[in-house]
Amino acid sequence: MTKVTMTVNGKAASGEVEGRTLLVSFLRETLGMTGTHVGCDTSQCGACVVHVDGKAVKSCAMLALEAEGAEVATIEGQAAADGTLNTIQAAFQEHHGLQCGFCTPGMVMSAAALLKDNPKPSEAEIRHYLEGNLCRCTGYHNIVKAIMAASGQDVSAIAAE
Amino acid sequence: MPKDIDAKESGIGAASKRREDIRFLSGTGNYTDDINLNGQAYVHFLRSDVAHGRITSIETAEAAAMPGVLRIFTGADFEGVGSIPCGWQVTDRFGEVMQEPAHPVLAQGKVRHVGDPIAAVVAETAEAARDAAEAIELDIEELPAVVDMKAALAEGAPKVHDDLTSNLCYDWGFVEDNKAAVNAAFEAAAHVTSLELVNNRLVANPMEPRVAVGDFNRATGDSTLYTTSQNPHVIRLLMGAFVLGIPEHKLRVVAPDVGGGFGSKIFHYAEEAFCTFAAKALNRAVKWTSSRSEAFMSDAHGRDHVTKIELALDADNNFTALRTDTLANMGAYLSTFAPSVPTWLHGTLMAGNYKTPLIYVNVKAVFTNTVPVDAYRGAGRPEATFQLERVIDKAALELGVDPIALRRQNFITEFPYATPVAVEYDTGDYVATMDKLEEIADIAGFAARRAESERAGKLRGLGVNCYIEACGIAPSNLVGQLGARAGLYESATVRVNATGGIVVMTGSHSHGQGHETSFPQVIASMIGIDENMVEIEHGDTNNAPMGMGTYGSRSLAVGGSAMVRATEKIIAKAKKIAAHLMEAADADIELKDGQFSVAGTDKSVAWGDVTLAAYVPHNYPLEEIEPGLEETAFYDPSNFTYPSGAYACEVEVDPETGKVSIARFAAADDFGNIVNPMIVDGQVHGGIGQGIGQALLEGCVYDENGQLLSASFMDYAMPRADDVPFYEVDHSCQTPCTHNPLGVKGCGEAGAIGSPPAVVNAVVNALRSAGKDVTHIDMPLSPARVWAAMQG
Amino acid sequence: MYEFEFTRPASVAEAVAALNAEEAQALGGGQTLIPTLKQRLAMPTTLVSLSGVAEMQGIGLQDDGQLVIGGATTHAEVASGAVGTYPALAALAGQIGDPAVRNRGTLGGSLANNDPAACYPAAALGSGATIVTNTREIPADEYFQGMFTTALEEGEIVVSVKFPVPEAANYQKFVQPASRFAMVGVFAARFADGVRVAVTGASEEGVFRWTDAEAALASSFTPDAISALSVDPDGMIGDIHGTKAYRAHLVNVMTRRAVAAAV
Repeated sequence: MTKVTMTVNGKAASGEVEGRTLLVSFLRETLGMTGTHVGCDTSQCGACVVHVDGKAVKSCAMLALEAEGAEVATIEGQAAADGTLNTIQAAFQEHHGLQCGFCTPGMVMSAAALLKDNPKPSEAEIRHYLEGNLCRCTGYHNIVKAIMAASGQDVSAIAAE
Repeated sequence: MPKDIDAKESGIGAASKRREDIRFLSGTGNYTDDINLNGQAYVHFLRSDVAHGRITSIETAEAAAMPGVLRIFTGADFEGVGSIPCGWQVTDRFGEVMQEPAHPVLAQGKVRHVGDPIAAVVAETAEAARDAAEAIELDIEELPAVVDMKAALAEGAPKVHDDLTSNLCYDWGFVEDNKAAVNAAFEAAAHVTSLELVNNRLVANPMEPRVAVGDFNRATGDSTLYTTSQNPHVIRLLMGAFVLGIPEHKLRVVAPDVGGGFGSKIFHYAEEAFCTFAAKALNRAVKWTSSRSEAFMSDAHGRDHVTKIELALDADNNFTALRTDTLANMGAYLSTFAPSVPTWLHGTLMAGNYKTPLIYVNVKAVFTNTVPVDAYRGAGRPEATFQLERVIDKAALELGVDPIALRRQNFITEFPYATPVAVEYDTGDYVATMDKLEEIADIAGFAARRAESERAGKLRGLGVNCYIEACGIAPSNLVGQLGARAGLYESATVRVNATGGIVVMTGSHSHGQGHETSFPQVIASMIGIDENMVEIEHGDTNNAPMGMGTYGSRSLAVGGSAMVRATEKIIAKAKKIAAHLMEAADADIELKDGQFSVAGTDKSVAWGDVTLAAYVPHNYPLEEIEPGLEETAFYDPSNFTYPSGAYACEVEVDPETGKVSIARFAAADDFGNIVNPMIVDGQVHGGIGQGIGQALLEGCVYDENGQLLSASFMDYAMPRADDVPFYEVDHSCQTPCTHNPLGVKGCGEAGAIGSPPAVVNAVVNALRSAGKDVTHIDMPLSPARVWAAMQG
Repeated sequence: MYEFEFTRPASVAEAVAALNAEEAQALGGGQTLIPTLKQRLAMPTTLVSLSGVAEMQGIGLQDDGQLVIGGATTHAEVASGAVGTYPALAALAGQIGDPAVRNRGTLGGSLANNDPAACYPAAALGSGATIVTNTREIPADEYFQGMFTTALEEGEIVVSVKFPVPEAANYQKFVQPASRFAMVGVFAARFADGVRVAVTGASEEGVFRWTDAEAALASSFTPDAISALSVDPDGMIGDIHGTKAYRAHLVNVMTRRAVAAAV
C-alpha cells in the first residue's frame, strides 16, 4: 500500500492505496464519496467523469496514484456550501435533464468542462462534446437543452420541454 | 407549437420540477453500490466461457486457500435450494403447458450459455475473490451449442435441456379458433403483402449495472437484500417463496435509488438469491457489483424475434386479414416474465390501430444457448408494432398508395372496439393523433427538405407509422387464466400525520420516472394542499404494502389509482371528522383548497385542524370512527389502458457510405390525462432514443458457437448525443382512459414502441428515392447494412 | 486488475531503468492500458508512468520545419497546440476518443500500442514521421509491423515523434458505431516530393500505405484521380460492424474525401 494525497473539492484528502487502485475507487471507497459512478469497464460511459487539475477525465481509467498532488473536483463539490445548485445543476433540474440520475454526475462534470472552454456552444458542439457520456433515460434531448440554457442561450424555441 | 407547460403551477397538469433531482445532481443519491455494510464480503462469480458444456470437475481447494477467501460455493451447495422461478406459464395451442426447465442459482452439471454462473467465490475484497476464481480448476466437456432458432428446432438438434423433449418451449396460436377463417381470407384476398424480418436482440443497458448486497442477522434470523430492482416485493416473493424458502416476514428487500431499469431489473436473478443465501451461510453481508462486461452476459436480453408477417387486403385496400409466424428466443432458461412477452404482450396487440377483422398469430418460443431473453422497454409490443407497421408500408409500396392514407383508411374509429385478438380498446382517436403528427412533423414541407438534402448529395426519406400499446396489464383474474403466477394489482398506503403532512407508501418503484414529484401532484390536487406536503416512499418491503412494482408503463395507471383510492378513503374519513368538528352532517361536508366547509354555510375547518383532531382526538366521534388517519388501498384494474400515437422520422442517408442520420423526429401521442407534462415528455424522449438505438445502432450478436460478439460498449453501439436530434413531441390529443380514476394511460414505453418502424420506413423511403429497389433492411440499420442494401 | 507496483519517474533515463525490471510496462495515458488491465488481459508487475517525464512533454517546431511532439503529450494538447503548425494533425488528435479520453491519452501511448483502429498511426505513417525512442530514430515505414506490433524493443520508449509538415493534408475518419474507433480512417498528405496515404482501421495488418492511390494522387491530387482505384477486400477486417468489401469500399470513399478536404 502507498499513501496518496490530493485535494478533492478544495480539501486535502489522503489514503493508503494499492498500485491498481483506480481514482474512482479511491473516491468512492476510500473517501466514501459515492457521487461519482461506474457504469462500464471500457471507459466509454462517462458516469465517472471528474476534473483533475481542471480537466475532465474518466476516473475509472486513471490510477489513484496518478492523481498524487492533483486538484480533483467531483460532483459533490459543485453546489454552493449551503446546497444551492450551480448554474449547470440548476439548468439540469429546470429542463429535466436527468431521470434515473446515474449518468448525471458525469454529465454535469463534462458540461462544466465544456462550458469552461466554450461558453456558448452550439447544439452540435454540445452533442459532439458528450461523445464520451452515455445516458440511457433522456434520449439526450433535455441534457443538450439544459447545457444550452446553462450557457445563457435562449432555449424556448426548442421542441417541447 | 402550443405548450401546455406551465399552464398550471402545481397539482395535476403542472410541470413541477423534480424534487429527486437535488440529490442526483449533488452526488448524494443512494444507489445500491453506494451501500456498504459493516464487515461486508465480496463475491465474484466464475462464469462459463463456453455456450454449452458438461461440467466434469470443479476443483476449488487451492483457490479456497488463497488469501482473503472466505468460502467458495458451487452448484453442489445449492442442491437443496429451489430453482429460479418463472412467473408466467403459457399454454400452447394444443392445450399443453409450456416446457419449463429448472434454473439453478449455480450451474448443476451443465452450463447453458456464456456467462452461466458455475461457482462463486466470497472473499474479503472483490479483487481477492476474482483472484481466487481464476485459480479454480474447472473441466468442462464442451457440447455443440444451439444459437440459431431454426437450427434449434431442427430434428436432432442438440438439446439445451436434456430433460426436455426438444428446444421448443411452446407453440402458441392466437386466436386458434380464427385460424381457418384467416386462411380463407387470404385465399380470397385481392392483394397479399408478406415480409420476413428480424426484431434484433437488444441489451437494456441501464447505466447502473446490477448490484446485490445480502445481509443476515443471526440474532433475529432476518435476511435483507439490497438490490437494483424495479419491484422489490416481487423479488421478495419469488426469492423467498420459491428459491430460498424464507417467509416474507423474515425477508426484507430494499431497492433504493435505482439507475434505470427498462425491464432488465424486473426479473429475479441468481445473483440476488446467491448474496442472500451466502450472507446467511457466512453470517456476513455479501456484496456483488456487476461490471458492464458481466452485465452483457448475465442481464436478461430483449426482443430477438424472427417473424414472417402477411397482410391481406381487398380490392379497395381494406385490410382483411393478418397472419404471422414468429420464432421467439427464450435463451437458455426462462427468465421471470419471458414466456408472456411474445404471447400475451405481443399477439394481443397485432390489431394495432386498424380494423383488420381476422388475425392469427403463431409463436414458437425456443431455447438456445444464449443469455435468457425477457421484457425490454415495450416488451412484445415493439415487436408487434414493428412488423405490422413495416408490412403496411410495404403494402403501400406494392399498391402504389400513400402510406399515411392507407393507414387512415383502415383506422379503428369507433370505441370501445373489440379486436379479433381478444382485447377491447376503451378509447382512442387515431385520426386526431395522425392529424397532429402531420402538423408537428410538417409532413407538407418534406418535399422541399428532400430537395435541399439532395442538393447536398444526401438522400432523404420520410417514415411514418402508428402504434398502439397496452399498459397496466390486468385484471388479475384474467391474467391468472392466461398463465400469470402473480396478481397485477398495485397498493398504496396514505399516512396523514397530525400536522397535515402526508407520506404515501407505494409498491410502484421509481427509477427515473419521477414518482416522488408526480405522485404528490395527484394527492395534493385531490385535497387542495401544496404538493410539498406530500412525500413518497417506495422501494422497501418493510414500508409499502405488497406491491407489484414498475414495468409496462403501469405506475400511474395502476399504482396511481391505488393511491387515489386510498386518498379517497382518507378524505371520506376526514369529512366525518370535519362534520363532527362543525356539528354538521357528513353528507354536507365539502373539501376544496384544503378547507372543509359545510355546504350552504360559511362554516369551515382547515385540513390541518382535521388531521390534528384525528391524532389528538379530544373533540372526536370516538364511538363512530377510530382515531388516526391512515388508509391502504389495493387497485386491480378492469382492463389494460391503450395509449396510441403516430410517429414520423426523417432521415438523411449518405449514399456513398450508407450512414443514416436522423434529421427530424416527431411524436404525437395520446396518453389520456397527463399529470406532469415535463416528465411525460422526458419519458417519450427517452423511449425514442432507445427506439432509434434499436433501429440504427444496437444489436446483440452471437457467433455460431454461442460466443457473444457484442460483449461490451466497444461492440454494442449505444445511442450517443450526436446520434439523435431534438424531438418534437406532443400529447395534446387526449382521450382519457375510461376505467381508472385518473383517466391516465401510461407513457413509459410508447417512444420505444413507436419509433423503430418510423426510422426503418424512412430509410427505405430514402433509398427508393434514389431508385434502389429496397423494400426492407433488418435492424440495426448500420452503415454497412444500408450500403449493402444499396448495392442490390 | 492484478496488483502491480506503480512508479512515476521524472526522466527518460529513470523510466528506462524502471522498465528494465521483469514484467515492467510503460503507462502512457492509460486509456487503453487501464481498461485492458481491468479485464485482466495483462499482468505487469510494475507500471512505469511516463506522465512525470518533463522531456517527453510538449510540441515544438524544429529548424528543419518538422513538428516535434513529446511522447507523453496528450491528444488534447496536440488538438489545441498543433492547430497553427499542422492543422490536419491537430484535427486528427481532436477526433480521438472523447474529450475526457483526450485529456489523458498520449501520442506515445497510442503509437506504442498500435491498435489497428487507432487514429495516430495513420498520421504518423501518412506524414512519414520519425519515431524517436530512448535509443534510436525509427522511420514510420519501419515502425508499424502489424496489429498491436511495432519495431519497439522491450523497454524502449517513444520519447517523441517528428512529423514533416505537408503542404496539404487531411484525415477522414469513419467511425465504428460502438467503439467510435476508426472503422476506416484515411490520412492523406501532399508533400513537395510526393503524396502519402495511410489507412487505419481497415486492414488485418493494421495501418498501411495505399501506394496505388499515392501514385495516382502524385500526378493529380484530386478525388477523381483515385475514383477507379480500389483496395483488395482480402486482408481487410470483416466483423459484425462491416464486411471486408464494405471496408475496402470505405477506403476509397474516405481517401477521396480526405483529398478533397486537404488544404
